[in-house]
Amino acid sequence: MRLFQNANIPFVKIRRTAYVISVILILAGIAGLIINGLNWSIDFTGGMAATINLKPAKAGVPPLQIDKLRNLVTSNGFKDAEVQRYGEVEEAFFLIKVKGSQKEEVKEQLLDIIRDHLPEYVEGRDLENDVIIEINVVGQKAGAAMQSNAILAVLIALVLMVIYIWIRFEFTFGLMAIAALFHDVLIIVGIFALTGKEITIQIIAALLTIVGYSINDTIVIFDRIREDLKIYRKDPVPVVFNRSINRTLNRTIITAGTTLITSLSLYFFGGAVLHDFAFAISLGIIFGTYSSIFVASNLVIDTYQITHKEKKSIQHLTKKK
Amino acid sequence: MKKYPWLYLVLILIFVLGTLIFLSPLLMTQEKFPSWPIKQKLNLGLDLRGGVQIVLEVDTKDLKSDLSSAVDNNIEIIRNRIDQFGVAEPTIQKMDEKFIVVQLPGVKDPLSAEELVTRQAFLQFKLVADGEVTEKVINQTSENVQRNLNLFPALAKLEKEDQAMRDSLGLADSTRVEQGIFRSLIGTSQNDYVVKQTDIDLMKALLQDSNFQQLVPKDHQFAFESIGARTDQGKGPRTIYVVSRNAQLSGDLLDNARMEIGASTAQDPKIANKPYISLEFNRQGARLFERVTGDNVGKRLAIVVDDMVYSAPYIQDRIPEGKAIITGMFTRTEARSLAILLNNESLNAPLIPYSSTVVGASLGADSIRSGTMAGMIGIIVVIIFMLIYYKLSGLVADFVLIFNIGFILAALTAFGGTLTLPGIAGIILTIGMAVDANVLIFERIREELDAGKTPHTAVDAGYKRTIVTIWDANITTLIAAFVLWRFGTGPIRGFAVTLTIGIVGSMFCAIIFVRAIMEKVMLTGVKKTLSI
Repeated sequence: MRLFQNANIPFVKIRRTAYVISVILILAGIAGLIINGLNWSIDFTGGMAATINLKPAKAGVPPLQIDKLRNLVTSNGFKDAEVQRYGEVEEAFFLIKVKGSQKEEVKEQLLDIIRDHLPEYVEGRDLENDVIIEINVVGQKAGAAMQSNAILAVLIALVLMVIYIWIRFEFTFGLMAIAALFHDVLIIVGIFALTGKEITIQIIAALLTIVGYSINDTIVIFDRIREDLKIYRKDPVPVVFNRSINRTLNRTIITAGTTLITSLSLYFFGGAVLHDFAFAISLGIIFGTYSSIFVASNLVIDTYQITHKEKKSIQHLTKKK
Repeated sequence: MKKYPWLYLVLILIFVLGTLIFLSPLLMTQEKFPSWPIKQKLNLGLDLRGGVQIVLEVDTKDLKSDLSSAVDNNIEIIRNRIDQFGVAEPTIQKMDEKFIVVQLPGVKDPLSAEELVTRQAFLQFKLVADGEVTEKVINQTSENVQRNLNLFPALAKLEKEDQAMRDSLGLADSTRVEQGIFRSLIGTSQNDYVVKQTDIDLMKALLQDSNFQQLVPKDHQFAFESIGARTDQGKGPRTIYVVSRNAQLSGDLLDNARMEIGASTAQDPKIANKPYISLEFNRQGARLFERVTGDNVGKRLAIVVDDMVYSAPYIQDRIPEGKAIITGMFTRTEARSLAILLNNESLNAPLIPYSSTVVGASLGADSIRSGTMAGMIGIIVVIIFMLIYYKLSGLVADFVLIFNIGFILAALTAFGGTLTLPGIAGIILTIGMAVDANVLIFERIREELDAGKTPHTAVDAGYKRTIVTIWDANITTLIAAFVLWRFGTGPIRGFAVTLTIGIVGSMFCAIIFVRAIMEKVMLTGVKKTLSI
């Protein structure tokens, strides 16, 4: 059984169309970033996030309306609080988030509000262990440090990768591999900005996984190009590139498929905590695969054509080490 | 492969055995096989089992010593206090330069945990009651507790269980009932009173309980030996002391405490070549110390820090000049940490709460369930796909893939890693990626077969050509994992570690393990075809 038997898709020829699609996606992402900005989680801004359960113990009490809770919380000292519901209405899980600096007693303050204004929902239940499911308080300074650390981590990873590919291949290849990575990360961050999804520490981890995956994918193709350049010395470079992309297509699609299967199963069955993480990874696999096929190696060809350094670079690439 | 077959086989053997050994604790319970040598268990992260995480910043404002040793001092103190708090498996780690991350599984209230951790150390010298008095105090306490058993549900439960056991065995009376339930918790070992490992947490909870404290005869108190003063990391039974309730002398009178190593020529065998701690009191302390030691020659003086006994040396003689040494079965580290605790220096770097997180265990349980479910579904689909697409070779890849998952869990156990939720996600992703190396190789072998090569040469050529690619691709991913590990914290680090282990495992599996099976099992003799 084969997916693509002797595939010969003119990837190099249709590269301009691919560029247009990429540019549109990136511009949309940048527009999202400018208009909406990123929704950094309290891990990065400092603040408080509490998951509470207000399912009444007694029968006959109607499920709590989210508006009622929101009004209560915002009018009792948490002016900028965000209140969301988790899961089914009857289950009554709520997430309350307040960004910015918070005092230590925030949990007591929150419990006081609930005890005073919503007694029917917490009657006969243990406030500390049963009502408060999870609470996370982050100092503002800690958040800012996290934010710069996360950005630093991504940048350092990228620089180290350029250096590695530079050593193993050639500088243009390294640069374009990283350009493809920026393409992937920008699109995904843009989607997060457009949808208003939160950037949590987990999402940063997901972005770095995507970086790792996408570079992996790109390198497999680069490696084949390097090998084929040695074998087919008489063929024009774009033909060699196109042949290499086609020959690795089976592997590219199968690996993307198996990884996507696992990340989609995380997305659909992994529960609320892993939802956004799996969302980012799934997007990353799709765009990472796309950029490996359409963007990275094609950008190398265009750079060669513009700089006229094709011959020199290929000599460097194919010389025996 | 052809050149060093024995080397590869040895590697595979080590790999398989190592995995099985470290996976074994997951499969068998300690109670059933108490002599099994591998005791490590896979730690679950806070996000999976619930608990409190507190991040503390070391205040550097009035720092006198260097930062790194101040942070280390504080970690030592925190470890001791948390141990006293009775939390199972706490983790206390240094983060960046001046932060300390404390994770307390199962604890719910961050405020009281924070207070315990940030409070400053308190040193006291207390006289240890002699054997006769100790016996009397224990018995008296036990009688009092027995009368008020309703105040201590844990003890009452123990007694009930004991009674049930006694009934089922048909014994007339058990030791627990005979002596009183509290008395039965305390045994003797040589000259000391000890509490069994399994009862330590129960006893700690009792010592913290204000109801219990009122039942102890009023001039005395119970105090555990500190975990920091032990060589076995608190694995065995622990000594419990009965000491006077009032301190003879307290740490504010101490001028300086230092770890020193005795000269090899020293007369005293307790000092020669061994680490000990030298103490210097201030003038007022020196006078008091002289009087206390003079009045109590032959008795034991306990050095108590935060209600834990660090050591209880015998007073040999009246000690003038306000100088004293503490000897004991110290290692250098232990002596140093005790000196740190005694020294006022440790108080020069107060801790400021930085962030705190409470994770509900119920949320954790749900996450584990759905995470594992998602993982299973993903794995099964991938396995079926490989089987259909690559037939017998796919079966080999599947077999090795399942093995690879086992390897990740075993490696995490062996390195004392922690499994977090992003970590589980990392494992699941690794499964997707682990297939990649096999796909690369199999696709290449197919190409070579299409070009008309025999199975043997096709496998050889396929491996030769793809190994470079696999190295290049995985090293770049390892770079990302390394950066995550270096600059990340908490759960992100866990993710990086599982990702790294997964990459290493999958490379080994694809390059060596699968190849060995293909060459030694699938291609034996003069087979003309390869199921791929």
